[in-house]
Amino acid sequence: MSGISRRKFLKSTVVAGGSAAAAMSSTKSFAMKEFEGYPESMGVLVDLTRCIGCRTCEAACNKEHGLPEPELPFDDFSVFDQVFHEGKQKRRTTEKAYTVVNRYDTKAQGAPVYRKLQCFHCSEPACLTSCFVNAYTKTKEGAVIYNADVCVGCRMCMVACPFSMPAYTYDSALHPQIIKCNFCYDNRLTKGKPPACVEACPQEALTFGHRKTLVKTAHERIRSNPKKYVDHVYGEKEVGGTSWMYLSSVPFDQAGFNTTLQHHPILDNTKSFLGIVPMVLGIWPALFMGFHLLAKGGKGDKESKDKVEVHGE
Amino acid sequence: MKNFIKEGFKPVDSLNDPDDGHQWSLMQKLLLGLSPKEYFQQLRRNPFNWFLFMIFAVGLPVIVYRYINGLGSVMHGSFDYPWGLFLGFGLFCMVPLSASGFLLGTTVELFGQKDYKPILNLALLNGLLGYFFAVVFLLVDLGMPWRLYYPMVISWGTAAVLFLVGWHVATYLTVQVLEVSESFFEWIGWPTAKNYIHKGTIGLTVAGIILSTLHQGALGTLLTYAPGKVHPLWYSAEFMWIFFLCSSIFAGLCMVIAVSTIVKKTMSWRCSGEFLDNLDSITIGLAKGASMALVTYLVIKIVGMTHDNLWAYLTTGWGTWYLLEIGLGVVLPIILFSFAIRNKSVGLIRFTAFLTIFGLLLNRLNTVLISFNWNLYQEWPPLLETIISVTIFFLFVTVYRFILYRLPILYAWQAVPAKELVSVPVPEQADPDPVQPEHQFAKVVTPS
Repeated sequence: MSGISRRKFLKSTVVAGGSAAAAMSSTKSFAMKEFEGYPESMGVLVDLTRCIGCRTCEAACNKEHGLPEPELPFDDFSVFDQVFHEGKQKRRTTEKAYTVVNRYDTKAQGAPVYRKLQCFHCSEPACLTSCFVNAYTKTKEGAVIYNADVCVGCRMCMVACPFSMPAYTYDSALHPQIIKCNFCYDNRLTKGKPPACVEACPQEALTFGHRKTLVKTAHERIRSNPKKYVDHVYGEKEVGGTSWMYLSSVPFDQAGFNTTLQHHPILDNTKSFLGIVPMVLGIWPALFMGFHLLAKGGKGDKESKDKVEVHGE
Repeated sequence: MKNFIKEGFKPVDSLNDPDDGHQWSLMQKLLLGLSPKEYFQQLRRNPFNWFLFMIFAVGLPVIVYRYINGLGSVMHGSFDYPWGLFLGFGLFCMVPLSASGFLLGTTVELFGQKDYKPILNLALLNGLLGYFFAVVFLLVDLGMPWRLYYPMVISWGTAAVLFLVGWHVATYLTVQVLEVSESFFEWIGWPTAKNYIHKGTIGLTVAGIILSTLHQGALGTLLTYAPGKVHPLWYSAEFMWIFFLCSSIFAGLCMVIAVSTIVKKTMSWRCSGEFLDNLDSITIGLAKGASMALVTYLVIKIVGMTHDNLWAYLTTGWGTWYLLEIGLGVVLPIILFSFAIRNKSVGLIRFTAFLTIFGLLLNRLNTVLISFNWNLYQEWPPLLETIISVTIFFLFVTVYRFILYRLPILYAWQAVPAKELVSVPVPEQADPDPVQPEHQFAKVVTPS
């Protein structure tokens, strides 16, 4: 043994092994499996108890994004009476409106409840994870934005969105695309400014801030006024958390919310299948080749012998 | 065509004209050996051609109309129902019905069940065309079909199940083109190319199994993106892929039975004696396979119901509809198949195969369209969308028939090695051993 003694060698091995084990057990390497949203993600808290259904947010959004003028002006409140598909659906987001406000006449309360609808900007968006060309991005500011340049138009994202938010320009023959709220990403969010709808709200029904802070704010409001609010922050946990969250004085299903949504990201539903993909790719070839050899039995050898003979001729 | 056969006409089935030994030209092969006049005569005589003509006369302009005016002009353009018949029928139904290629490929090539050899080519062609037309449906449905290659080249959304579906359908289509190309090379007269492909058969078959297992399952997994939208009875986060994979097995087998039935009825002139003689016993064998898959499917459906505890839904209206689907499409076929197999009643097997296909169509349409948004509102495909879907389906039928008429799918190519042709005097060639019941593949191998 030259230079290095047996004792020294053992010692170094133990140290190396130990440090490797330490690195493995550090919580950071395991924490990667759970994505709980970007730490600096912004969000909006919508307090339905403050909303009076003035539709100022709709107007501000329309102006901000240069959308086409609506059929009825924004100060026409007859839109709240509009229902579609035999009364089964109220107004929804379309290719001409990133956001809409609907009125819900609830039994529990004398006054109606108004709900603003737009993209919820999920922490782990189903539109993003279901898109086969990566047209969607969840930015670190919390916005879910869409890139029409790579979109093929399969509309998988519309199927996947648990809130059915994306609209599509079906009438465009040459360049149809997905239309949805982008959190005013380009002109406002990246500059630290709140979205146009939040800025326009005269009732402060919409609160803009860091998502983490907003979760605390929401619970604080419920805690300090338990009689006023339903004890639930819609969007805190739904489909893995959303950047836009809601507080309500009536049960959420009475205000048009889907209260049956799972609390883990939609992506998780596909994981049990995606897990078998590498297994099938890895195991099937050997397995079925094995079956093939078994099925051929002794015949395989005979055939190869024949071949040799043919070549020998 | 039947009239010509009665008059003693023999359609092209070899490289050379048996009468004078000269090689058939490509044109002659395309016209089946008839003169152009005779060919158009039989074309006009067949009422089915007139039926096709009428469908295309209406449907093709509608397809052009869709490309000029956008999807919204033919579909309902609903934001809540992003998919209609083009994907609901064209992709979700055509793909399982085309599982035949990999199933029979596995049986014959991998497990060496040579009894099924006469139907192998038909199963392979059925698979190829089904997938090809699923892609055609996709080209109509996509907002920007000219970007079809984007997920392959431009931008990879590797986390998406649809990414897997896209890649697998593309690679599997290639695999199937290669598998069917053997028949094509034989027909066109390039035995070297044919033998070259034939060497890779096992590799292609294994690739087919892998790709089929994954993308048949992946189609089901696509629906797990929409948990609240698909009715719970048709939804299962854990078992969706195995439901779709398992049902594709009986669907593919029943499709082979159904197509071979139609072929036997309408173009027996094109079938070899070997094909017609063995068809009944093959059909019984296929039915056995299909009923095994049906029983498995029923069992895992029950497991899935229990796992998600969906029993309460059975008492609702949706439950009745669901039971109807399972009853007509799974339970009844199991009973009929076992009865028919026991009594060797091929006719009943054939009927049951059609019934099973109907059950599968119902299942896929229920999952993707009918039970979709079950707690919202129902949207039905509008007229123009239906017309386009029917048109593309009959385009599929037309191409299918065109190929069956020509390529050695239903009959064996009476091939004579090119070398012999040169050396042997022409008159002796007149009788290139017509009674040769053995498989043609063995004969084609060029002697060294």
